[in-house]
Amino acid sequence: MSQFNFVSDLQNALIKDGETCGPAPRWKKKLEASLNGSVNTTRSVLSVSYNTSFSGVQPPVKTPGKSTDTKAKKSTTTPTKTPGGGDRFIPNRAATNFELAHFLQVNKDTAEKSDEENEGKNSGNDNNVQASAHKGERQKLISEVAQIGDNKGGRILCYQNKAPAAPETHTNPLKVVYALKTPISTKSGSRYIPTTPERILDAPDFINDYYLNLMDWSGDNIVAVALGSCVYLWNAASGNIEQLSEYEEGDYVCSLSWIQEGQILAIGNSSGAVELWDCSKVKRLRVMDGHSARVGSLVWNSFLVSSGSRDGSIVHHDVRARNHKVGTLNGHTLEVCGLKWSPDFKYLASGGNDNLVNVWSLAGNGVGTATEPLHKFNEHQAAVRALAWCPWQPTTLASGGGTADRCIKFWNVCNGTLIKSVDSKSQVCSLLFSRHYKELISAHGFANNQLTIWKYPTMIKQADLTGHTSRVLQMAMSPDGSTVISAGADETLRLWNCFAPDPLASKKVANVSSNAKKSVFRQSIR
Amino acid sequence: MSTSQATKNCITLKGSATIIVEYLKYGINSILFQRGIYPAENFDSTQQYGLTILMSKDPKITSFLQNVLTQTEEWLAKNMINKISMVITNAHTKEVLECWDFKMQAEVGDGETGDPTKLTSSKELSRIQNEIRDVMRQISATVSYLPLLDCICTFDVMIHTLQNTEIPAQWDETGAVFIQNAQAVQLRSFSTGLHKVDTVVNYKMSS
Repeated sequence: MSQFNFVSDLQNALIKDGETCGPAPRWKKKLEASLNGSVNTTRSVLSVSYNTSFSGVQPPVKTPGKSTDTKAKKSTTTPTKTPGGGDRFIPNRAATNFELAHFLQVNKDTAEKSDEENEGKNSGNDNNVQASAHKGERQKLISEVAQIGDNKGGRILCYQNKAPAAPETHTNPLKVVYALKTPISTKSGSRYIPTTPERILDAPDFINDYYLNLMDWSGDNIVAVALGSCVYLWNAASGNIEQLSEYEEGDYVCSLSWIQEGQILAIGNSSGAVELWDCSKVKRLRVMDGHSARVGSLVWNSFLVSSGSRDGSIVHHDVRARNHKVGTLNGHTLEVCGLKWSPDFKYLASGGNDNLVNVWSLAGNGVGTATEPLHKFNEHQAAVRALAWCPWQPTTLASGGGTADRCIKFWNVCNGTLIKSVDSKSQVCSLLFSRHYKELISAHGFANNQLTIWKYPTMIKQADLTGHTSRVLQMAMSPDGSTVISAGADETLRLWNCFAPDPLASKKVANVSSNAKKSVFRQSIR
Repeated sequence: MSTSQATKNCITLKGSATIIVEYLKYGINSILFQRGIYPAENFDSTQQYGLTILMSKDPKITSFLQNVLTQTEEWLAKNMINKISMVITNAHTKEVLECWDFKMQAEVGDGETGDPTKLTSSKELSRIQNEIRDVMRQISATVSYLPLLDCICTFDVMIHTLQNTEIPAQWDETGAVFIQNAQAVQLRSFSTGLHKVDTVVNYKMSS
């Protein structure tokens, strides 16, 4: 019998605890306290949090108890956006004023009820109208609690002369943290770099002219190279060679540039025209004029081809439009021999024989309408042909000067400052940044005709790749970023496998993943 | 008697306002830098609260903040401010993306005098600054979870005052801002003894 007693006792205790005996919850105490005092003052003293997660648009919920519950749930969810699995942040519940919200709800509800009862007694017809009026008021109340209740009866003031917006060309530097993967710099600083070319190709009649750009490597792994008056295509995967076009005597190719994706090649010729060729069909698509002298540099930006000419102008051609000439940039007085778009296509850098590096901004006013360059860098003492944008710092531009200058300079195009200048002790013909390492490679002329790999930003020399017997005029990178092809005035093309991804690093990644799998397995056994 | 008065650490309402305005100055600049609203090149580093804080050197921004904060200090010293909001908006669409609220709550301090204008607090300045430093650290840490502001942005400071406040010259009255699909995170608070300042960041949840 005693055990039954015990059970009934226990049940009693549980019931009691649940309904009457337990200590009153905090909000109840608060409610009582506030009811004792004047309601209005309590409202204004209590600060309502500006938590819009339970917003004013939310329709009023019928049962007050439930509605506060859902609110509490909603407002305490931790922010899910933790990029890169950063610090865990636990939001403070003090930001959500449960007590006040509950009080206002309950208070309103009881008032409503009593009102409704009275109304019900007096006239049944008015009931509906009254109820909807209450609804409206309640909506207002909820929206007050939800957001601006804080400043009830107050004023919100602001200063008339507003702060300026960020400049149009500005990009949030944090974007790098969210999106871009920057190449990891090698720890020891000494990785193995093969110093002999992987392959040597013969390039007879390669024109030895500092101001021309006669080679490019496409995303489809095809190298286009101009030899004399002909353009040849060398398929790097299969080794096939194809002749694309041949010019008449006296005419020659001055620049080549592949579209980012696909088989369209732009060719600038000595008469000042830009030709578009479909290389899969070996067919010329169109000819676009616009220059009075030879076109020594070309660069693509999706449907836009920009050509730099000996007449000092840069013309933007829209390849889709009948009137292809969409803009002209007049910033150079002598031949334009270097043109490069920044990786985000916001800036165009141009280098010329007038020793200038100009940076043109695309943002804000559209292509080609800029009359003045964003920055004019005149620190080089010779013609600037070598230009390269840093892939992991989109506002860093590297430029290399000719024989009289021999410097590689780094610029911040955001504020137009010179970051660093390094004397390479030889004319700089071409510059490329690596995609796998924090390094860049430069091509040089007299005395050693070498390619030099530098660590960036320290600019410590990593390796010299020698082999060319005359100056190296042009470099291009393979689509996978591991191989560099260099074209020398000695009429050879050399392929250097100097940026091959570290095999140890890829092994490590594989190891880590296999370890992770193991540990999960172990856990499941336990 | 007078010497003992002088050595006693004591913060008046005016002093409290100065401390808070200083916090706002460094806090707002730090937010502008940490959230990447303006180019990093336009900032200079200074030492404050034992931290390195980057301050904007754009003359337009500094003069804007100078004007706003001078007025804020005046109002704070009279306890007329409920809340100060720093609102970050998309410069093109004018959409509000983020709102940093600095909520002011008056406190009684030592509570020795009945006159509300002559309240004092004996809280040590170093302790207050340590509390502020903790908030500043949290502001820097918010970058890890706040969404990327991937557009050209601008900011404004809105001051929520009492109803009877006179609108000074060059000031306007505006409405409250509203963030769609918002999430609020409260950071640490600090107190000067006369004002308690809560810092809350409201931001737009990315869908």
